[in-house]
Parts: sequence; structure tokens; C-alpha cells
Amino acid sequence: MSGHKMLFSGLKLWTAGRSRWISRLHDDCSTKVCIVGSGPAGFYTAQHLIKARQDVEVDIYERLPVPFGLVRFGVAPDHPEVKNVINTFTQTARQSRCHFYGNVSVGTDVSVEELRHAYHAVVLSYGAEGNRGMGVPGEDLPGVHAAKDFVGWYNGLPSCRELRPDLSCETAVILGQGNVALDVARVLLAPLDILKKTDITQPALEALAESQVRRVLIVGRRGPMQVACTIKELREMVNLPNTRPELMAADFEGVAEALKDLPRPRKRLTELMSKTALEIPGEKEQQRRSGASHTWGFRFFRSPVEILADPERSRTAGIRLAVNRLEGSGEGARAVLTGEVEDVTCGLVISSIGYKSLPIHPSVPFDSRKAVVPNSMGRVQQAAGLYCSGWLKTGPTGVIATTMNSSFDTARSLVEDMESGTLDVSAAKPGSQSVSALLEKRGVKPVTFSDWEKIDGVETRRGEVVGKPREKLLTVEEMLQVARS
Amino acid sequence: MAFVTALRRLAHVRLREYSWRTAAVTSGAWLTSQRSFTSSSPSLRSDNKVTINFVNRDGEKITVKGSPGDSLLDIVINEDLDFDGFGACEGTLACSTCHLIFDEDTYKSLGPVTDEEMDMLDLAYGLTDTSRLGCQICLTKSLEGVVARVPESVADIRQSKDESS
Repeated sequence: MSGHKMLFSGLKLWTAGRSRWISRLHDDCSTKVCIVGSGPAGFYTAQHLIKARQDVEVDIYERLPVPFGLVRFGVAPDHPEVKNVINTFTQTARQSRCHFYGNVSVGTDVSVEELRHAYHAVVLSYGAEGNRGMGVPGEDLPGVHAAKDFVGWYNGLPSCRELRPDLSCETAVILGQGNVALDVARVLLAPLDILKKTDITQPALEALAESQVRRVLIVGRRGPMQVACTIKELREMVNLPNTRPELMAADFEGVAEALKDLPRPRKRLTELMSKTALEIPGEKEQQRRSGASHTWGFRFFRSPVEILADPERSRTAGIRLAVNRLEGSGEGARAVLTGEVEDVTCGLVISSIGYKSLPIHPSVPFDSRKAVVPNSMGRVQQAAGLYCSGWLKTGPTGVIATTMNSSFDTARSLVEDMESGTLDVSAAKPGSQSVSALLEKRGVKPVTFSDWEKIDGVETRRGEVVGKPREKLLTVEEMLQVARS
Repeated sequence: MAFVTALRRLAHVRLREYSWRTAAVTSGAWLTSQRSFTSSSPSLRSDNKVTINFVNRDGEKITVKGSPGDSLLDIVINEDLDFDGFGACEGTLACSTCHLIFDEDTYKSLGPVTDEEMDMLDLAYGLTDTSRLGCQICLTKSLEGVVARVPESVADIRQSKDESS
């Protein structure tokens, strides 16, 4: 109700042919919303809010000087098409009712409480920056990395710049069989000619040029019918030049019979996998496979037990895997230990068993078991004016379209609450005005969207010189320097 | 007749300009006003154009025209049709947000589907046996009058479930 009152307090104009009042709004009576995190969840939430209500102003706060979160730091460099979503985000950011404040760390530079005072509503969409640990002995050995860090390293995430993975071994083991695991496998095995035309960082490209990794094993607790990857990523592995698949026919026993009852996505995924494993390839494919110098394969029904060290205990030399059997069938099947173990020699172990959201402040409800903010349709429980979207809301799964729909959902909830009066927007709020004053007092200088566009320009020009779409700046210092030039 | 059409077209353009400016001044929903003009513009009544009927998420039918060779995604963009989140990857076969549903006969007439399109469709919400990606369907004269339904997003389905419980 109060929203309507505000709407009509503005300058009213009667337009011919349209039997409704349209009012011009003043800044000070608009609804101020801020979003924490500028990844796809943040931008899709902003997009929907701005479109749904002419009286909403959205400020997006981002810890790094550069926007777009996992689109920049997560999406694989050889998937430039997925990064096209940046064009839509840019359109949103250039709207007069949207402002980007990069280089502002919520929780450190400004607290969630301060944001809740300054804004009518706060949307948390800071994603899942932690990762699930394996919890096995030896996981701190050199040569063991979280996939999140490995991905951050080749994608230029400043905090992962020093990772410098040792790629001097022949076999790499990836734990987990989701799309991130397949991204990592592809980057480890892809011909350099493909990678050098992407926005992969120069240090990663140089390290991969020297890489001795010839074989990548992608390990999962359960069987072929339970893999978490999607078919696009599997097909990319099957078609990856200079590689051949190494799958074990025995793993596919009984799979053909179970196929017909599966829903289409799972059915087509399983069909492609078992065809790759079992079918005798045609002459051309046989030639391709026998000429390949690299191999990749799934290892099913295996759980990590221990990372094995070399005699000096200075680095990874292998991994001990427990052999599992399945209890039950389909998506809900459980892996049960058989008691048998096997050792695999490898010098690199990448754990890709899931990202994990972290709590931002004790005042914000957090379900530490599920690692999400407890919410209903994006409304944070028992916290009026507080919302969440993206992986913080749903847990770290799904493709970009999943995040898009779920973020639109959160925005819809917020708009509904404005309209029903559940969200109190009757009092004017200062929004960025008061936050900017706080930041200035604390010596924090935000990066604006036009500052980012300077960074973008420099990166694109540097990329052009070397035939890449972009050569990313790798440190926060360098980003800030360009932003302030 | 041609003269009259030309005059009408001119008037329409003027009106459109005027209305756009008014909308901008009032900071009203200019997107909506712009859209209503494009979809009813007589300049589209050209002989070699093909009529397409989109049914949006609210069940509303929107009739537009497109040129042969354009994809259905191109038409949604050219006509500024407001289907939330449609075409996120910009027609590069990297998402499933331009998912459209056809009746069975139309689906058959659309021709074979590549593995890559099927792969992306597998991730689409509300997938049906007659689903296609709009970015992969090129308009031809034979598609005159085609009906393409934009599926409900899963969010809406979940929401209605929430309310009913």
C-alpha cells in the first residue's frame, strides 16, 4: 500500500489515449534495494527488479573490482558462448536505476546491518566461495587441489594466482563427476591450439604447454547412471581431439536394460556414455582413437580413502580408493563400501565434489548442514527485508538457466512483498548515499561500472594482440590501477 | 493505395516517436509502449514476410511477422518481445532459455534436430516431445501461421504448488 502512496506523490501526467496515471518519481522516494555479489544471481535479480518496478533503484556491491562472478571466474575458457550473458548484464548495469560498486567487501568494509539500515531490502547473492573437503588423510599434500582453486587459477581469480599446480606427472585424478570435473579434465587434455584462442590466463597457458599430463581419471562414488555432469560436457569429452576414452565395459552391466525407464535427459546421457564404452567404433573413429596421445576415463564405484605421498612425503604419488557397490537404483542409489581398496599412481589430485556457501555474519540465518541461507522463495526466514538468490539460496548446483529462473523468483518475491506491504517501503532510505559516506570514512574507494569498462577495454585490447578475446588482469592492484587511470 | 500506405506509415512513425518521448519524460513503461507499436506496425505487412504466433507464459497470443531466414530467436529480439530471460546465450547453443513448444504436426515439419540441440533441450524446463530451441529454427514460407508456445518457467510451477499447499 505504502508503495502506491509514494507512486502518487510524484508528478502526475495524463497521457492521451491511455486511461491511467503515470507518475514521475523522485529519487528520494524510490525503493532502494542492494544486492551483495555481482555474479549471475545478482545480475538476474537486479534485471528483474528493475524491469518489474519503475520505482526501484538497485545497487550491486562486489568484493572484486570486476563484475560477473562465476561467469568470469567459473565458466570454462573454451565456453565463450555461455559468457554472452555478460551482454545482458551490461545492459542492466548501464540503466540509470542500477549502480555497481566494485572493490567493496560486504562484511569487512560495510556490514550487512549497515546495508539493512541504508536500504529497504538487501538481497544476498554472494554465491559459494568455499568447497567441500574430502576429509581424507593426505589432502593437504602438494599436488592436491580443490577444483574451485584450479578453475580459479586458469580463469584468473586473483586469490588463486599463486596456485602454480605441478603438471609434471602423467596421470591426474579428479574426484567428482560433475560439469566442473569435466571442465577441469578438458582443460588438462585439450590441445593448446584450442586453449590459446580462449581467455585462459597466460600463466595457465604456459603451464599447460609444459604439462606432462597424458591421462585423466574422473572418479565417482556411484555408477554411470548417477553421474552429475550434463550431456553437453560429456559429448565434448567424447569429441575432444587427440584423446581417447578409457571406460570399463563391466561398469555398464545392466545399464542397457535400465535405459528405457529413464527420463529423456538421463537416458540420452547414459546412452552416449555406454555407446562410448561398449560400441566398436567405425573405421574413422578407430583411427582417431589410435592416433590419440591422451586418454580420459570415468572410474565408477570408487571413494577416496587416502592421498598417498612419495617416500620423502613431499608430494602426491597416488591415491587409495575404496571400491563401492550400489544399494538401490537410480538417482537415489547409495554407495556402500565393499572393504576392497585399490591404489592408483598419480601426481595430481583435484577434488571436485562441490562448492559450499559460507555464512556472512552471525546475524544472518544460515543452515550449516545444507550450507544455504534458509529461505522460502528467496525470502530469508525470520529476517524482514532480507532476501537471497543464486547458490546461496539453492545450494551449488544447476546451469546458468537454473540460476536465472531462481533469481527471477527471488525478485518476484521481493516485488510481491512491496505490493502487499510486507516489505515496509514507506520511509525514505538513503541507499548508497549513506553507504558511500561510510566507505569514504573507512578509506574504501568503490569501482564504478564505467571504471570496470576501462578494465574491460584494456583486457580486450591486450587480448587482441595475442589473438584471444581477452587477456585478463590478474591482480586486484592492477585492476584498481587501470580503473583509476 | 500505395500512397495511402506510405502516409499511414509516416504517421505511424511520427506517432511512435512522439509516444516514445512522452514515455521517456514520464519514465513510464516505455518498453511496453514500444512493443505494442512494433507488433501492430503496418510496415510488416509485406508480401515475403511470414506470420508467427507466439503464446507467452501468461497464455497471451502475440502475432508478429518475420523474414525468411531469421531464426525464431531473432524474431523475438527484433520485435522486442518481452519473454523474461529468453535467449540468454544469444543463439549460440549454450543454454536452453529460448525453448519453444510446438504442436506435433508443426514439430515434424521443422525437420531433424542435431545432437547438440537435443543436448541443450535436455536441460530445458518443462521439456516436451515437441520442444525445440528457437535459435535453431529458421523461418521459411512454409511456417506461415506457426504457433510457438513459450513454456512456463519451473519457478512459476513451483510457486503455484507453494500456494496450493
